[in-house]
Amino acid sequence: MSDIAPAIELKGISKAFGPVQANKDIAIRVMPGTIHGIIGENGAGKSTLMSILYGFYKADKGEIFIGGKKTVIPDSQAAIAAGIGMVFQHFKLVENFTVLENVILGAEDGAMLRPSLAKARRELKALAEEYGLHVEPDAVIEDIGVGMQQRVEILKALYRRADILILDEPTGVLTPAEADQLFRILERLREEGKTIILITHKLREIMEITDTVSVMRRGEMTATVKTAGTNPAKLAELMVGRKVLLRVDKAPAKVGNKVLEVRDLNITDNKGVHRLKGVSFNVRAGEILGIAGVAGNGQSELLEVLGGYEKATGEIVVNGQKIDLTGRNSDGQSRRARGIAHVPEDRQREGLIMDFFAWENMVFGYHRDPKYQRNRLLMDNAAIKEDAAGKMERFDVRPPDPFLQAKSFSGGNQQKIVLAREMERDPDLLLIGQPTRGVDIGAIEFIHQQIIALRDQGKAILLVSVELEEILSLSDRIAVMFDGKMMGERLPADTDEKELGLMMAGMTKGEAA
Amino acid sequence: MEKMPQWADVVLVPLVSLLLASIISAFVILAIGESPWAALKLMVNGALGSSYGWGYTLYYATNFMFTGLAVAVAFHARMFNIGGEGQAILGGLGVALVCLYIPWPHWSLALIGATLGAALFGAAWALIPAFLQAKRGSHIVITTIMFNFIAAALLNYLLVNQLKAPGMEPATPKFAQATHLPSFQDMFSFGDTVLFRGTPANVAFFVAVLACIAVWVLIWKTRLGYEIRAFGHSESAAKYAGISPTKIIVVSMLISGGLAGMMAVNNVMGEAERLVLNAVEGAGFIGIAVALMGRSHPFGVFLAAILFGFLYQGGAELALWTSIPREMIVVIQALVIMFTGALDNMVRAPLEKAFIAFSKSHAKAEG
Amino acid sequence: MDLLFNIQVWDSTIRLATPLLLACLAGLFSERSGIFDIGLEGKMLAAAFMSAAVAYTSGSVWVGLLAGIGASLALSLLHGLASITFRGNQLISGVAINFLAAGLTVVVAQSWFAQGGRTPQLAGAARFEQIELPFASAVADVPFIGPIYADLISGHTILVYFALLCVPATWWLLYRTRFGLRLRAVGENPAAVDTAGVSVIGLRFSAVMICGVLCGIAGAYLATGLQAGFTKDMTAGRGYIALAALIFAKWRPWYALSATILFGYLQAIALRPDLIESSFGFEIQGQLLDALPFIMTVVILAGFVGKAIPPRAGGEPYVKER
Repeated sequence: MSDIAPAIELKGISKAFGPVQANKDIAIRVMPGTIHGIIGENGAGKSTLMSILYGFYKADKGEIFIGGKKTVIPDSQAAIAAGIGMVFQHFKLVENFTVLENVILGAEDGAMLRPSLAKARRELKALAEEYGLHVEPDAVIEDIGVGMQQRVEILKALYRRADILILDEPTGVLTPAEADQLFRILERLREEGKTIILITHKLREIMEITDTVSVMRRGEMTATVKTAGTNPAKLAELMVGRKVLLRVDKAPAKVGNKVLEVRDLNITDNKGVHRLKGVSFNVRAGEILGIAGVAGNGQSELLEVLGGYEKATGEIVVNGQKIDLTGRNSDGQSRRARGIAHVPEDRQREGLIMDFFAWENMVFGYHRDPKYQRNRLLMDNAAIKEDAAGKMERFDVRPPDPFLQAKSFSGGNQQKIVLAREMERDPDLLLIGQPTRGVDIGAIEFIHQQIIALRDQGKAILLVSVELEEILSLSDRIAVMFDGKMMGERLPADTDEKELGLMMAGMTKGEAA
Repeated sequence: MEKMPQWADVVLVPLVSLLLASIISAFVILAIGESPWAALKLMVNGALGSSYGWGYTLYYATNFMFTGLAVAVAFHARMFNIGGEGQAILGGLGVALVCLYIPWPHWSLALIGATLGAALFGAAWALIPAFLQAKRGSHIVITTIMFNFIAAALLNYLLVNQLKAPGMEPATPKFAQATHLPSFQDMFSFGDTVLFRGTPANVAFFVAVLACIAVWVLIWKTRLGYEIRAFGHSESAAKYAGISPTKIIVVSMLISGGLAGMMAVNNVMGEAERLVLNAVEGAGFIGIAVALMGRSHPFGVFLAAILFGFLYQGGAELALWTSIPREMIVVIQALVIMFTGALDNMVRAPLEKAFIAFSKSHAKAEG
Repeated sequence: MDLLFNIQVWDSTIRLATPLLLACLAGLFSERSGIFDIGLEGKMLAAAFMSAAVAYTSGSVWVGLLAGIGASLALSLLHGLASITFRGNQLISGVAINFLAAGLTVVVAQSWFAQGGRTPQLAGAARFEQIELPFASAVADVPFIGPIYADLISGHTILVYFALLCVPATWWLLYRTRFGLRLRAVGENPAAVDTAGVSVIGLRFSAVMICGVLCGIAGAYLATGLQAGFTKDMTAGRGYIALAALIFAKWRPWYALSATILFGYLQAIALRPDLIESSFGFEIQGQLLDALPFIMTVVILAGFVGKAIPPRAGGEPYVKER
């Protein structure tokens, strides 16, 4: 043991939410002046652990040592006082305040604003020079990009004299270029002696920038290793607990006619930002077109347009017929009538009504279908319940009880409810966004098999996922989206993660070489 | 057991809230030097102890059923229609126009005509706030409050000018005899036994009960009801499913306003038989308490309306025989709204804990 | 245009605008912190009653004022409890508070004074007196300026001047102090305030309390300044007009002054049908003037004349989340 005290040491931290044990007996030592990565899947307990460190949650058990001193952190105030700064995944900025106002908020000097603002302006300038963190102090937050907003968050922490900086999934919202800039800033901070904890689920980032890495799995800390002495395959194994299933068994695709043709699709949002820039592609019967890309590069908007609840210009043709993109017949109902089924990216906000019973959710979106009506006035609830029970059975929803509310099911089982509803419609085209987000491993396999089975029935499937693994293992063709554009298409056999990763970052192979 | 059973949520939470409101009211009555127990006895005797009392209790309850249903329907679409008052004022105008200007051959036809007129005018008054909410995002609570005041001014204007009967009072002339609705006295007295003598309860009560049933069917059995509930629970999901937010906001507010307006069939056509100023007497606001207490379920609204009918009649008795003014009922109403609406979490949390503790100890005993 | 240049009309405009202004600024503090308050009416009513009752019993209007503020604060505390502590529905809590005040004031008034739900008439030291500003009588004869100073600016109760001072004070507090920065932040994004280590609950409670104090003064002014005693429902919708003015003012202090003066003016000319007729040559119905503030607010809300954007976190209880 070296005699330098760790910047942070956690001992025996446990935290439960009801029956869910989010953190179990966690121990970790983070040495000063290092970048320490914490990696784990969704729901592994990383964010909970950091929230405990930042005083958002109170641990049920365990001790925290900061710089070798035992510290109690009951709230964010105490965390700030202990020199901890946190950059949340979703920024905590006041949108209509200036950068300067956001920086001093909660860290003002005295009751008057003027001197505080003047002081902050000077310090911001100094910080900008010291760490290469340039921002316009008088810019209003809602007018600047996410990369800039993230810098403001880092500046907030530094302005509060934070020695320890926690970043929670910082690259999720960034373009690859912005992410690179962020990493350069983090390295600079390390050089200046700051301690950085980087929470992520991206192996690439861990390998690229961290000195030490801790792996979390299902609320437990499974290992802490020097980054230099490990490799992605080993980390991945530690993360999921067994060999990652890389390829799903599937027969070659028997491709039929074009089911979906998209031509020159454009969206400009109400802030004037181009979300989709002339997107064109097609999907044929019996194949899965996978769309890869970092979240926020237009995939969500694409799904929303195809699903009928986002306006766009351009042309969409389904089974040879043009679809109304803006008029009266542009909504979820008319898309469904055209044989388009849609498993949305966010099942809790869109795919399900969390307070509805499972049986009510089983017809959600199809509730106007004649087969669920008793007469012109009334719905045939008895038939819907029976129908729901059958679907839950076939899709292995646990527990198979139609009279439970959607919110009572686990993430995987909620997803199975949505899949059952959409797949059993026998659609010509299935849109499916993030099919396995927040879903446990067992359910992932089941869901992947169902998607393949539907494709083998000759249906056209458009798969959108930020998990490259998933895209690679399911797709028959892969398209990459970046900044609202299609970067190009590849066949899985002719490409690899490296090339796709480059495309997701807005580069082609030639450029990189 | 993760949470409390649904029956506790539906039955126990409102009952505990009511109990808390009663206890505080009892303290208020004590503080002004009266006996809460005697007051309660007086209220029960006065409101429920005779067919006379019931005649008033059910008359008030009829008003509150309409306004309670109005608030409840809007609640299902996650909208707070605080404009029941104004919509009921306009409903009264609709009834008055229908009754004054159409020569009805029989009361039953007049009832149908007046119900439609009331619903139409009430719905029309809800249309602009609904439209502004749906299209411009103007908060429905604020706009409906504004429309209450505008409705009051409008009625005041009409009763002082266009619709005024000869004489000093700002009121319309009496409606024609043919529009006279049978009262409970007309309907239920037999031989020499006169029941409900001189009370205002009338056939509109049954219209209110029908409205309860209709709303139940609407909310739980029809596609529109399904869409209203879906939209109320999650607007983003509703959009995904192709449910038009504009349509749901406008349609549910039209239904809500129509129901509030229909109250006029009871108070304007059934009781006053002419349109006077301030005919609604706050019933639109009591609808909020009734809907909250009844958990937005039509059967709950039915029961809560009768409870508030009892409180209003009982309160009138109190004012008559004790020094407790009628406004005591407004206090109780306020407390019920507070506990069932705003302090819901305060009431619910301890109950939930109790249930979890109970089910745990139960599980241990069994295991 | 007698209506525009009549000193008496403007004089009563100031009197009638004062309670609106105080209540409007009260609402501004609350809503800027993210707590909607449609209970302004109830708080004013409770304060009007308590101030009149205590001023009558004690013989001192100042004691009455304190009691009025106390009553209003109690209701504010209840609103805070419901909407901040227990994260209840702020609108419903406001409605409940309005009814609670409407009911309790009459019940208690009846019990204390047995005069049909009103307090006895206040006189002498139990009312706020009109203050004559220096040289008012001396300059009264100077043409134009004289009457304006003597009749319009001078001769109001101290609460009127206090209310007017509240406008720059509120502006200064909101935009020039740490408290104001935090207050505006918590109404826009409470999570930002929370993660910055500042208590959301503390800030919101202080805003709601300031709201209570200002509503208390507004109510006391009604019963002990504008009128001489409490009568049932004497606020007569002023809390809602103040709310309308707040929207009209887009939640800003100086705009609040203009909006409440405008609505006060409408109330003032409604009292002078003779002047309206002589100005316009025809009658304008009083009911139209009553409804005008509300109609104008609906037009503003509809977004036809510049959009009123409320504080973004308004009405939503704050729940910690990552």
